[in-house]
Parts: sequence; structure tokens; C-alpha cells
Amino acid sequence: MTGDIAAMGAYIGAGLACIGMGGSAVGVGNVAGNFLAGALRNPSAAAGQTATLFIGIAFAEALGIFSFLVALLLMFAKGF
Amino acid sequence: MAGEAEGQGLSFHPMEQFNVKPLFGDALSAMSISNATLWMAVTIACIAILFVLGTAKRAVIPGRLQSVAELAYSFVHKMVEDVAGHDGLKYFPYIFTLFCFIVFSNFLGLIPGAFTTTSHIAVTAVLAMSVFLFVTILGFVKNGTHFLGLFWVSSAPLALRPVLAIIELISYFVRPVSHSIRLAGNMMAGHAVIKVFAAFAPLILVSGIGLAVTPLSILAITAMYGLEILVCFIQAYVFTILTCVYLKDALHPGH
Repeated sequence: MTGDIAAMGAYIGAGLACIGMGGSAVGVGNVAGNFLAGALRNPSAAAGQTATLFIGIAFAEALGIFSFLVALLLMFAKGF
Repeated sequence: MAGEAEGQGLSFHPMEQFNVKPLFGDALSAMSISNATLWMAVTIACIAILFVLGTAKRAVIPGRLQSVAELAYSFVHKMVEDVAGHDGLKYFPYIFTLFCFIVFSNFLGLIPGAFTTTSHIAVTAVLAMSVFLFVTILGFVKNGTHFLGLFWVSSAPLALRPVLAIIELISYFVRPVSHSIRLAGNMMAGHAVIKVFAAFAPLILVSGIGLAVTPLSILAITAMYGLEILVCFIQAYVFTILTCVYLKDALHPGH
């Protein structure tokens, strides 16, 4: 019975952890959108900044991956 | 475990594909040859074939294999030079090795039935920890105690500097964690999503609703597969370029 309640909590927690992915999605969209806005204003400078774009996306995305990882740990690596 | 589809016991296990299984015998021990070691060996073999055969002829007008080898080489070479500067080119072989291993194991993992070695945090953590140790040791060897200037932001107001130092210190030690989990998480997530859609595809065999669900899920698998091809390359690129950024920090710790 306690195991069931703990499992239920783990599944609810896994679902809640996925909210973090939404925040990361906003962040990635912000980076890419701002890059596009800047690139359309000055297209000649855009090509040199793609590396910065990907680094920014990677940093924003990493936090979403962390929440995905927490969800996975709750689903598959719980100790009960 | 992740959930049971309704009806005829149509259960699916999206994480089962990441199980490490021994190829010979039943028990998995530290020395047994598993599917992970097999696909790592395949990765190394593919890289060796590409670069040994690709550079064997050294033709003035490159053939197909030589073109790919040259393209990969100059792509990473330019990246290291752009990001880490001219001093960083000394460490280009290491970064190129990392890039080749990651990009090949990502793409080989896309073959249906293959095992994606980079989807395991154990594999990517070793890669990221080696980068972290390499960069830290290099920073201290090259700059001595000046390397600690990385944490002491001299452009900030004096009152803020201790706070910034703590934040910089934390972010420095989180580097290997985020570096490894980003790659493993991306690979794992993409493959798991494909598997979830794949579990819905055979629904047409058991119920009428499959007439609508099956074409949709096949379409979704195709779309995800296309996205995965993109992600596989971008994640290898991101891993490599972050290595270059860390290398630049070690070579020139001043902000």
C-alpha cells in the first residue's frame, strides 16, 4: 500500500518534472527568435554568429534535458 | 512498465532498446562483450575505414570518400580555429577524435535495431569528464594560478566579485554534468519518442481505431527520424564546440 502511494507520487512527480521542458522550450525559442530578428536586420553578420546561436541553444536546452532526466529517474530508477 | 496500450496486451517498453545485453552467454559481467561494446567497435571501424581509405590515395581531385574525410577534417579544424584561437590548434587531434566518435555513434544508432552508445550517460560522462580534466589540468599548466582568474571576474564591482566567484565556481563544476547529460539525454529522448510512436503503429492489427492511428504514427516516426538525423549532427557539433569553448577558457582565462 505504501509502495503504491510512493509509486503514484513518483509518476505524478515525473509528470510535474516535464513542466520544466516547457520553460526550456521558451528559452530555446527566445534564442532562435532573437537570432533570426538580428539576422534579418544584418544578414551579412549572421553567418559568423551561428556558433554562438548553437551554444546558446545548447545551454537553454540543457536545463530541459535535466527535467527530462528527473522524469526518467522517477519512472525507471526509483528504489521501491 | 511505462504503460500498457488498451486491449490485446499491446504493451510497449520505450526504454528497452537501451538495455545492455551480453552477446555471448547470459550473465553480464565487466568483461563480457555486450551490444554496447559491439557498436563501439563498429563506430571505431567506420571511422578507421573512412580516414584510412579516404586518405590512402591523396588524389588532387578527391574521390567521394576522400571528399567526406576532407570535409569533416576542415569543418572541425575551422571550428577549433574560430572558437579556441590559433593556440587551440595544438589540441585539434583530440577534439577531432571526440567529434568523429560522437557523430559516428549517433548516426550508427539511427540504424533500426542498432544500439546507440552515446545514449548512455556512462559513455558520455567518460567523454565529458576527460574533457573536464584535460581542460582543468591544461589551464593550470599553461597559466598557473592565473587560471583562477576565471572565477574572479575583474570587470565586475568589487562587492559583487565574491558572489560571482561562487556562481562561476558552481557553473564550472556543473560543466561535465551538463556536457554529458545533454548528449545522452538528447539521444535517449529521440529514440524513446520514435519507439513510443512505433508502439502505436501495429494497432491496426488489433482494433478498428488503428485505421486512423497507424498511418498517423508511421508519419510521425518518419518525421521524428528526419528530426533525429538533424539532432544527431547538431549534438555532436554542440559537444565539440563546447569543448572548444572550454579549451579557450583554459588557454586564455582572462575574460
